[in-house]
Amino acid sequence: MTATVETPAPIEAASSARMGPSRLRPSDIITVATDGLRQRKVRTALSALGITIGIAAMVAVLGLSESSRADLSNQIEQLGTNLLTVEPSGGFGGGDGVLPEESVAKLGRIGPIEVVADIVTLDQAPLRNDIMSSNETKGLTAIAADVDLVATLRGSVASGAWLDETTSQTPTVVLGSIAAERLAITSVTDGPMITIGGQWFTVIGILGDFPLAENLDRAVFIGKGAAVSVFDVELNPSVIYVRTDPDQLDAVRGVISPTVDPQSPDEVSISRPSDVLEAQEAADSAFTSLFLGLGAVALLVGGIGIANVMVIAVIERRNEIGLRRALGATRAHIRRQFLVEALLLSSLGGAAGVSLGAGVTAFYAGVEGWEVVIPPIAIIGGLVAALAIGAIAGLYPAMRAARLAPTEALRSA
Amino acid sequence: MRHAALELIDVSKVYPGSPPVHALDHVSLRVEHGELLAIVGPSGSGKSTMLHVMGTLDRPTEGSLHIDGIEVSRLGDRKLSAVRSQRIGFVFQQFFLLQGASALDNVANGLLYSGTSKRTRRRRAAEQLDRVGLGHRLHHLPNELSGGERQRVAVARALVNDPSIVLADEPTGNLDSRSSAAVMDLLHTLHQEGSTILVITHEHAIAESLPRQVEMIDGRLVELVGASQ
Ligand SMILES: Nc1ncnc2c1ncn2[C@@H]1O[C@H](COP(=O)(O)OP(=O)(O)OP(=O)(O)O)[C@@H](O)[C@H]1O
Ligand SMILES: [Mg+2]
Repeated sequence: MTATVETPAPIEAASSARMGPSRLRPSDIITVATDGLRQRKVRTALSALGITIGIAAMVAVLGLSESSRADLSNQIEQLGTNLLTVEPSGGFGGGDGVLPEESVAKLGRIGPIEVVADIVTLDQAPLRNDIMSSNETKGLTAIAADVDLVATLRGSVASGAWLDETTSQTPTVVLGSIAAERLAITSVTDGPMITIGGQWFTVIGILGDFPLAENLDRAVFIGKGAAVSVFDVELNPSVIYVRTDPDQLDAVRGVISPTVDPQSPDEVSISRPSDVLEAQEAADSAFTSLFLGLGAVALLVGGIGIANVMVIAVIERRNEIGLRRALGATRAHIRRQFLVEALLLSSLGGAAGVSLGAGVTAFYAGVEGWEVVIPPIAIIGGLVAALAIGAIAGLYPAMRAARLAPTEALRSA
Repeated sequence: MRHAALELIDVSKVYPGSPPVHALDHVSLRVEHGELLAIVGPSGSGKSTMLHVMGTLDRPTEGSLHIDGIEVSRLGDRKLSAVRSQRIGFVFQQFFLLQGASALDNVANGLLYSGTSKRTRRRRAAEQLDRVGLGHRLHHLPNELSGGERQRVAVARALVNDPSIVLADEPTGNLDSRSSAAVMDLLHTLHQEGSTILVITHEHAIAESLPRQVEMIDGRLVELVGASQ
């Protein structure tokens, strides 16, 4: 008996040495995993869908918030953070709610104020001609404006000219961009005319959009002199716009009220329009975190979906696992096969999600007229998150597949 | 001296339980290169258990196993897998072909874990399919093939790595008599061409057509015909 048991050791060693290890080429792992997914196309698509939705939500949210932020900071830049608006307020004393006529002249003498202009809203309505009735004003207002208004607000002239010291005295008018559209006036070359409060005015200019002052886009502007001579109105400013040296902003803010109305400074209200935009920017990011949270939940659910599908695959494909072991697959080969399958599944979902999210961003930004900004971190982060989820979701099923004893796996169901 | 293609020495396999099942009871068997033999026995006698042990898919409780001179009973998973991928070919009663893969790819899978290139795998797979008479069915899917043809694909897969021994567990168990005769004819032909083949069956008729027959009863082996010693 002992004689039969013995095998000459050198031959054994030589035989072992002749034999290389089992090897599965990297390209073959991909093929094997892809084949596994191709066998079950519908299930593959459905289980990748959860990841797609999660990643798409995150990419779209990041893309949209980035796009809208870019738009806001663009607006802030256009508007400038050194613009202040001054308006009358009721105050505590129950004042008259009127700013003194000479306010602009007084403010103009304060050193750090670069430029200042006021507007006086008129009661007279602008009309295309005198045949139209006054309830056809199309939401337009007439304003008596300071000659420095366009400079103060960083507005632009689209055609013709803005009011100057001379044209401010004559019955001439400059149209805001929306007002021009509504009055169907596109050019000033043939001297079109409109009526304001029944009086004829010649249109000498059309403005471009004001940054963030749509109410002014909807107005028609005449000079202060003309307003006094034609309508005989008091020129108490409705709004004063102040552009200051950015470094002196707080100091300027402090002296505006006492300068404008020394008797009742609390009846003067001062605001900074860029504050509103900055608040909007901050509010946006709160919204973003909410949606990112929802996206993360979708990703988690997607990950569980993948884990689920992979566990089922391991049970269903027991025989395949057994066969592969019989063909020489090591446990590591089996583990890798299922892990790569889960990774492919999740990266498929991730790639689809990134494109979907980018598409949604591009579409929505297009509708809003924003520049499309998709932060690279959203794309890279989306794909990395998808891969990480695939790895986590695939790990347990893959280990189960690898641990399956070949004889167990080969048993017919 | 050349070593045996496969040698079981005093191998036992006990499945724990109450009472424990002695599926293999001190079995010794030596299979020389170029042999074609049958292990025949009733259901539950331990034939599949023995095939799994011989194929390194399961470990014996006791005893040793040599394949082509390599003592494999103490090897780890990686080395055992290498032995399977390079020295052993399996044929199963249920064929175990991958449904989505063509006959050619199923056979090429016999070399998947050997690290050979896809091109080489396919070329050698085509040669083997030709050899088993399916040269005209390379691109058919398993469900486009008859049962006999499927089993011939499985045989081609078992041969493609040029193994020291082919282990076939009830290769005709799922086939009608005509297909089963065709598969047995094929095994005879391969044997004549030099392959070493061990067939497990519960049918004496099939066993009797082979040059050497070993009977298994209750986990013990009895040589019937053609013993080499
Ligand atoms: N995993 C296992 N756990 C416990 N007992 C087992 C296990 N596998 C097989 N057995 C038992 O071992 C004995 C031999 O089983 P085996 O499958 O080897 O028989 P067989 O000869 O192949 O039978 P058949 O012709 O029906 O396939 C049987 O009594 C069986 O119940
Ligand atoms: Mg059996």
